[in-house]
Amino acid sequence: MLYREAGQFKTNYVADSAIFPLRQDRIGIGLIIVAAYALAFLGNDFLLQAVLIPFLVFSLASIGLNILTGYTGLLSLGTGAFMGVGAYACYKLMTAFPEVNVIVWILMSGFFSAAIGALFGLPSLRIKGFYLAVATLAAQFFLQWCFIRIPWLVNYNVSGALEAPLRTLFGIPIIGATATPQTRYLVVLTIVILLTWLASNLVHGRIGRMWIAIRDMDLAAELMGIRPLQTKLLAFAVSSYYCGVAGALLVFLWYGGAEYDVFNINQSFFILFMVIIGGLGSLIGSFFGAALIFILPIVLGIVLPAMLSPFGISVGADVIEHLRFMIVGALIIFFLIVEPHGLARLWQIGKQKLLVWPFPY
Amino acid sequence: MRAPDHPVLSKGDVLLAVENVSLGFGGVKALTDVSFDIRKSEIRAIIGPNGAGKTSMLNCINGFYYPTEGRITFKGVRRPKMRPYEAARGGIARTFQNVALFKSMSTLDNIMAGRSIKMRSNFFWQLFRHGPAMKEEVAHRRFVEEIIDFLEIQHIRKTPVGRLPYGLQKRVELGRALAMEPELLLLDEPMAGMNLEEKEDMSRFILEVNQQYGTTIALIEHDMGVVMDLSDRVVVLEYGRKIADGTPAEVKGDQRVIDAYLGVAH
Repeated sequence: MLYREAGQFKTNYVADSAIFPLRQDRIGIGLIIVAAYALAFLGNDFLLQAVLIPFLVFSLASIGLNILTGYTGLLSLGTGAFMGVGAYACYKLMTAFPEVNVIVWILMSGFFSAAIGALFGLPSLRIKGFYLAVATLAAQFFLQWCFIRIPWLVNYNVSGALEAPLRTLFGIPIIGATATPQTRYLVVLTIVILLTWLASNLVHGRIGRMWIAIRDMDLAAELMGIRPLQTKLLAFAVSSYYCGVAGALLVFLWYGGAEYDVFNINQSFFILFMVIIGGLGSLIGSFFGAALIFILPIVLGIVLPAMLSPFGISVGADVIEHLRFMIVGALIIFFLIVEPHGLARLWQIGKQKLLVWPFPY
Repeated sequence: MRAPDHPVLSKGDVLLAVENVSLGFGGVKALTDVSFDIRKSEIRAIIGPNGAGKTSMLNCINGFYYPTEGRITFKGVRRPKMRPYEAARGGIARTFQNVALFKSMSTLDNIMAGRSIKMRSNFFWQLFRHGPAMKEEVAHRRFVEEIIDFLEIQHIRKTPVGRLPYGLQKRVELGRALAMEPELLLLDEPMAGMNLEEKEDMSRFILEVNQQYGTTIALIEHDMGVVMDLSDRVVVLEYGRKIADGTPAEVKGDQRVIDAYLGVAH
């Protein structure tokens, strides 16, 4: 009853082309952001460190891949490697120039993966679909090889691992062993909100329309004067920027240190699944996808033993683990059958129904 | 807005000249030695039986194919080998035989996408959706709304085009081409699969575009009634060759055209 379009008249084109034209949606987004910040003070360390920080990191990587695969229709399996480029670039930058604030380097590191992403995006002018996916696999294997074989990237560290040095913001440690989950969560949250806002601006404007035009009908797009190569490379660059920043956040604000194998092909698939389940071509879908694939198994791991114990069934941790895989797998299949366009479409349908509720139309 | 190296043409000047164009794919000849011209502000029809090479001709004009022989002159300048997007930036717009809209976008966004080449604000402002980017968005929205009013599609402004009936999709596609403010508009069977009423609407729009904005139109159409009523001049192709060229009345009386359409008695 509260969710109604009635009475909200748009009197100019700026208001009509707003990203959230409904007042209720704007209030909702505001509340979610406030709640997200409140969680930093209400949530315990486990919630922040093991659930919310990784959820935000994966959401950011999913937004990156969604720009490429969802909006521009270019399938990529190099996500993991592009995240790696961001992480290694961030490491090199912050150890080479420790006097510059690390937030700057996290945001700058994305430009390195953007450049590498655009380079590996060059074949996309000629090849499409699965063939392009195979071409991006080259990026995945080549870059991972670089991470292993070029010790310069880890400053000749004998363990070959990336280690988070202590870095502060306004005197408070945000990276390194002494940084609390709370401060790290706040940093990640702020970066993710900022970058999501920018992505949303991009996809709703001229550039977003050009990306979708290339995805939906590339021949017609070209006939309207949209340059295919530039548009696709821009998508690769922006997408890889997001993946790169996500990679830097993953290593330094979540793991606190990592080796090359974090950025393997499994990571690429993991992000791709999030994008597909969440909804191709939807920013909010990226968050849904990350939640379903990352948070749901954690929730099940806690809820399942609690649900089974009243019936006197006590099962071992290994059985819970198997059950978790089975349930998440079944849910993925269920959602894909019910709505092949992903959770974002379900969300959209739900909102449309709510607008006219209790009437059917 | 226009490239300064082109002369300003007035009505009746040759806008596009096709000279001795041949197009072959391996051994198959799609076009053989075709020559005709399209004059500023006229409606030029290209007709012919199935497989006559009409669509191949349009594809040559907007850069999908490059003729194996002959040349195409646009606005007095011989065209080099070019990509379709370069032809589009030169002022050639096109609709397709089977609708080629961006299915997931709304009507409004489809037509806005047609304005992409006119939009100039840089990536930085796009990121923030403020300042020049938003000003430009609003200015172009105003232009697009004029097209929407003109084509009488206000009610489907925000509907994803994939959900629209075929006749409306064709109309949106025309709108998207008009958004480019083309000098030459190529319509590939704009009335295929339409009922009488829809054909009448579409004919009205084509005539109005031509008269109101002075847009030059080249159209392929199978409905002879429409072709004869709308066009100023008609070129007839058969098996990739030109068999007739002239006003509708001249073409209608031409024996070779009658033979091509009705067959020859042996």
